[in-house]
This record gives sequence, C-alpha cells and structure tokens, in this order.
Amino acid sequence: MNSAYVLASIGGLLIGLSAILLMYFNGKVLGVSGIASNLVSSTPSSKMCSASFVIGILLSAAIVKQINPAWVPGALDIGLPLLFIAGIFVGVGTRLGNGCTSGHGVCGIARLSKRSLSATMTFMLVAICTVYIINIFSGALA
Amino acid sequence: MKVLTYFLVGCVFSAGLVVSGMTQPLKVIGFLDIFGSWDPSLAFVMGTAVITTLVGYRIVFLSAKPLCEEGFKLPTLQHIDMRLIIGAVLFGIGWGISGLCPGPALASLVAGSIGIYVFVIAMFLGFFIVPKLIK
Repeated sequence: MNSAYVLASIGGLLIGLSAILLMYFNGKVLGVSGIASNLVSSTPSSKMCSASFVIGILLSAAIVKQINPAWVPGALDIGLPLLFIAGIFVGVGTRLGNGCTSGHGVCGIARLSKRSLSATMTFMLVAICTVYIINIFSGALA
Repeated sequence: MKVLTYFLVGCVFSAGLVVSGMTQPLKVIGFLDIFGSWDPSLAFVMGTAVITTLVGYRIVFLSAKPLCEEGFKLPTLQHIDMRLIIGAVLFGIGWGISGLCPGPALASLVAGSIGIYVFVIAMFLGFFIVPKLIK
C-alpha cells in the first residue's frame, strides 16, 4: 500500500482524536480559525486557552517535523504579495463563513450540520476551480 | 486545567496535520488539481478524520456535560445565508492560491520562512478586520 495513504489516514485519525478530546474536555467544536481569531478579537474571552492551543500546534509541529523536515516546507514560492493576498482571503473568508477546514470540514460534517456541509462543498469547489484557473494561466505563460 | 487541555488538543491536532501531509502546500494543490495530475491521498485525511470524529462525538455526547465546562457549546446557527457562502468562496480562493488553510498555516510557522510569516500575518489581519466591518 502506498505510504502516502497510510500517513494520510494516521494523520486523519489524530485530527479526529483531537476534535473528540476538545469536545470531551471543553464541549467545543475544534475550529482553528475560530480559536486563533479569538487571539485578535475584542470580545472578553479566554485568550489563554487560544494561546495555549496555538503553542501546542507550534511545539508539536516542530517536534514531528524532525521525523521528516520535508513534511513542513513552509509556504509556496509564489511571491510575497500573492501570499499576502491569499492570507487575507483565508482570514476574511473563514471569519465571514464562521469556519475553515477543521470547524466545517471535519467537526461540522461529523455533526451532520447542513451549514458546514454547504460551506465545505463551496470552499472545496472554489479551491478546485482556483487551482484549475491558475494552471491554465501558468501553462499559457510557460 | 482548561488551558492544559487546549495545549494537548493543539499538540495532537498539529501532529495529525504534519503526518497527514496537510502542511505540504504542493501536496494540497495536487489534491485540489482534479483536472490535472490529481493526488487523491489527502481525501483520506478528511475521510478518516470525519469518521473518527463522528463516532467519537456520539460517545462523548453520552455524558451530560464535558469534563471542564458546565455544558456543551455547539454552534447554534442553522440557516445557510449569503455570509456563509461568500466566506466559503473567499476562503476557497485563498486556499487554492496558497495550498494553506488556517491550521496547517499555523503549524508551518516552524518552517521559519518569510513567506509563511507574511501569510499568517495577513490571515490574522483578515481575522481582525471582519468583526470591524460587520457590526
């Protein structure tokens, strides 16, 4: 069996486990955009929890990266202006839509939420079209 | 205690992202490139994650309340509105350009390159401005 599929499945299992743990401990859906944006929101809520979640992400990524540094290569070499624009789109889009790949795509679908299913189908479809259009343009330029 | 649980959840989540391949933007774009040289392996990430969560949630919901809180705080919105769809469209464009969604973007900070710093700063700028625009 192709190792990419094995790793993908192990990774998916761990992502699921983390979502279950957050529900078990704190009764909340694991949404990265929600938890991370809490750090820059003006609502008086537990910023300590959000910060410690992000620190956990960083520490764990730094450790697991030691197995194979190619697993965390960083951003694509597409130029800083384009990365900045993409970052704005991801930030604004996930806040407007109240969720990202984790909150809607994993937890929301696991809860059989119609909102999350619609959001996930929408952002998957748009991302597929975006990649398709970029490929046409870069193919035309090459 | 609560702070520690968030730390633990962040650790397990991030290990999953890194092992699965979600922190490799080229791989993510290969997964989205269904009309080109499609790499379907990342479908297994979402598949196993959703099935695991679906089963796990059912077990967790058997208890009356979570361990550290007085009750479950599930999303209450039900209707599908323009805000949800426009948000998902914008997110899809950004994800398609960069191959990065919020979790993998944060984990990728450990790569320590200027590109990922710029992306994450822009993402937080996006997080910050939305509540200012929509009162």
